[in-house]
Formats: sequence, C-alpha cells, structure tokens
Amino acid sequence: MTYLAGALILSGALLAFAGSLGLLRLKTFYERIHPPTMGTTLGTGLILIGSMLYFSALESRPVLHEILIGVFMTLSTPVTYMLLVRAALHRDSAEGRDPLRSQPAKDG
Amino acid sequence: MNAGFFAGAVIAAQVLLGLAMLLGVYRLLQGPRAQDRVLALDTLYVNAMLLVLTFGIRSGTTLYFEAALIIGMLGFVSTAALAKFLLRGEVIE
Repeated sequence: MTYLAGALILSGALLAFAGSLGLLRLKTFYERIHPPTMGTTLGTGLILIGSMLYFSALESRPVLHEILIGVFMTLSTPVTYMLLVRAALHRDSAEGRDPLRSQPAKDG
Repeated sequence: MNAGFFAGAVIAAQVLLGLAMLLGVYRLLQGPRAQDRVLALDTLYVNAMLLVLTFGIRSGTTLYFEAALIIGMLGFVSTAALAKFLLRGEVIE
C-alpha cells in the first residue's frame, strides 16, 4: 500500500514539475497558460489520492477529507484561468495587437 | 525497505515541487507582461499547496491539510481578483 502511495505522490510531483517547466519554456502567453493546469488538476489529484491511501493505512480507517481540496481545485482552476485569458485578450485588443498573430506561425 | 521507498519518494517529491516553485519564481520575475506574472503566481501557490501537503504526509499529522486548504482558497481568491483587475482596472466596481 505504501509503495502505491509513494509512487502516486512521486508521479504527481513530477507532473507539477513538468507543468512549471512548460510555464518556463513555452513562447507566448496563450501557450503558457496550458501546462500549469496539468499540475493543478492531475498532479494535485495524484498527490491527494496518495495522501488518502497513506493516511488510511496509517490510521487503519478511511481518511477521505483530502477530497475537499480536490473538489475545490477542480472547480476553481477553470474559473480563474478563463478570467485570466479573458483579461489577456482584452489587454491585447486594447493595445491593438492581434492575439492570434502574436504567436509563432503554426497550423493547428 | 517498504518504509524506505515511501520516505525516499516523498523527499524526491518535495525536491521536485521546490524546483517547480523556483521555475515559477523565475517566470514571476521575468514574465514579459502582467498576465504572465499572475499565471506564475497561480502556479506558485498551487505548488506551495502541494509542498505543504507532502510536509503533512512526512510528519504524519493532518494539521497540514487545513493549511493546504486555506492556501488553496486564498490563492483562488487572489488570482481571481488579479485577473479582474487586469480586465477592468478595478477589483470591485
């Protein structure tokens, strides 16, 4: 059981690290907003499941209160990121630059 | 042996989350525009929340869980307020 919990925690931390790396490396803002969501949803979920497994094994009873954080992050992340992208679009159009044109030319 | 792998995995996870926070700080200082800094702040608080959770797992107490919950809620409110400020120039109209 603790093997599984350790593996889940480690992979969640790896996902969060990959999200931050993507935040550092990508070129434009509209590309950069994608990677951190991987850490906030899947990374948080894996670490929370690992924590639930570990505490359930430690106290030999089901410990499920970490679900609260999972539900809260799942609900709040899309709201904040949509607000943020809307703000970025507004700022770009107010300054007269085309948000789609500021990306490197690429079909997709 | 069993507990050794778990302790090592949690320590490695803490190191990874600390590195992720450092990358977020770099983007926070470097970010060309204000929305990049807000995004970096959002990533930073999520990584900090996960780091607090792993601290709680290492110490074996559930006290850290409440701290992580508070960090998550305040981070959501602060990011929403900053995005609203970027959008309208005021937080509460």
